[in-house]
Amino acid sequence: MKKSSPRKRRPAKTRRKDFYRLRLYIAGQTPNSIAAIANLKKICEDKLRGKYRIEVVDLLEKPQLAKGDQIIAIPTLVRRLPPPVKKIIGNLSKTENVIVGLDLQPLR
Amino acid sequence: MTRARPKVAPPSLAKAPTGIQGLDEVTGGGLPKGRVTLLCGSAGCGKSLLAMEFLVHGAVRYGEPGVCMDFEETEEKLRANVASLGFDLRDLAKRKKLLVDYVAVERHEIAETGEYNLEGLFIRLGHAVKAIKAKRVVLDSIEALFSGLTDSTTLRAELRRLFQWLEEHRLTAVVTGEAGEHTLTRHGLEEYIADCVIALDHRVTEQISTRRLRIVKYRGTSHGTDEYPFLIDREGVSVVPLSSLALAHKALTDRVSTGIPALDEMMEGKGFFRGSSVLVSGTAGTGKSSLAANFASAACARGEECLYFAFEESPSQILRNMRSVGLNLERWVRKRLLHFHAMRPTSSGLEGHLATIHKMIAKVRPRVVVIDPITNLISASGTYDVKSMLMRLVDFLKVEQITSMFTNLTFAGDPHEGTAAGVSSLMDAWIVVRDSKPNGRPRRELYVLKSRGMAHSREPRELIVSERGLELGAVLTDHTPGTAGASSSAVRSAK
Repeated sequence: MKKSSPRKRRPAKTRRKDFYRLRLYIAGQTPNSIAAIANLKKICEDKLRGKYRIEVVDLLEKPQLAKGDQIIAIPTLVRRLPPPVKKIIGNLSKTENVIVGLDLQPLR
Repeated sequence: MTRARPKVAPPSLAKAPTGIQGLDEVTGGGLPKGRVTLLCGSAGCGKSLLAMEFLVHGAVRYGEPGVCMDFEETEEKLRANVASLGFDLRDLAKRKKLLVDYVAVERHEIAETGEYNLEGLFIRLGHAVKAIKAKRVVLDSIEALFSGLTDSTTLRAELRRLFQWLEEHRLTAVVTGEAGEHTLTRHGLEEYIADCVIALDHRVTEQISTRRLRIVKYRGTSHGTDEYPFLIDREGVSVVPLSSLALAHKALTDRVSTGIPALDEMMEGKGFFRGSSVLVSGTAGTGKSSLAANFASAACARGEECLYFAFEESPSQILRNMRSVGLNLERWVRKRLLHFHAMRPTSSGLEGHLATIHKMIAKVRPRVVVIDPITNLISASGTYDVKSMLMRLVDFLKVEQITSMFTNLTFAGDPHEGTAAGVSSLMDAWIVVRDSKPNGRPRRELYVLKSRGMAHSREPRELIVSERGLELGAVLTDHTPGTAGASSSAVRSAK
């Protein structure tokens, strides 16, 4: 697979390619879900300020959405943009793993 | 005295029929209803297919819609796989009878960043179950989760919760698992399944493959610990419910003709008992197949259906050969009374052949069965106990009240001791044909070595095979010259 890491992009295109669209799947307000939302917001503010959008999907309300993104575990975070799609699971408490898993680069 | 209470039958376990031929018999009605059954075996043993059939039959025949969560194959692939068996998954899905949800577990795209559970899986399953009001669920193979998720403590706890969830929702579930090296399944799924465990096996011995099914455990149900051979063919899975319950069959008193009046005459003038098993043994070229063909033809003449298993010759060869001895079998084939089924003995093992025989019998429902010859069946077997397998077949035929004839090739000088694996003790009647050369002139001899439950002649007769058919000559003594062919004096002078 061709890897389109933002790091290798030319500066002119960086702004668009660096935009992160993230979708967090939860199932009700469980401790893990609440923790995941909080952890995600903090990491994004630290690393992606102004360049991200988070969408929270509660599968208890929309169970039909679980199939599309192949959700098994809860919580699951899907990086929908930039490509490729990446998927990480857990309550996002291990910040390092989240940064590696989402392939985030620190703000310049 | 206490007031008479209505008799309450002991609470019997509710069963969900699988609709798979033979499996419902060996499990006493199917899988435990509302419980989880583990189906385990190595790759390619047929567990996915069996699980899928359980779902499809449930949906189509028993009004129980089903959901398959497939962790290995995509819906398209699965659809194509079962289409060859005549199942149309797309149509079943449209009619809300069967849903397939492909669950992709790919490790490389999952990084673990803290605590999680498998609620996503529960929600998907629950959603699908609700959508079609499913009563049955297949998880094939849930062990794929172990390769995708590294936190096995969480995984095991979640599996336990999943099986509980299935039972709480009164779903009859089949979970498949890959065979482990020293355990039933690689990840020990059997530890979670209390009610029913079925193991499938696919062995290849001397280039011949044999499939077997064993019920490892089935709580609340008596079950045989035997291994049951099973088949996978165009119609799916069929299990041979051959069990050794034995000797419970009813002995019939009515009789069926042997097809040869003179041979009937040797058996009280009436022939074999209906439902009995007859062995015809003899050396090469002594007319065993001709005897079997006459027996089959007599059954057809009575209007009974006969199933003829040919292991040596093709049906057209048999028809031609029998024409030459004055027997027209084509008419019975045309009237759909005589059914041939030809198989190469080496095409599968003994168990495979028995499975086919069993399946054909269930399909044709004949009154008479001929297996010609049984010798090849025995030679096709591996190490498995031939006699016990044959015993189970003979028992099955008796319970079904099918009169059966087996031919068996023996070798010169060893006319009946050579009857392999002692099958003769299973037989009710035993007819021996042999070559002999008294005074240097060859002739065929026939005698009834045994025939249980009747007075029968034990004296050898000459068996005359000609274009007029099979006939028996006078009782032979060592000094009696034969009646057919050249006169004994001519043979002597030629010497």
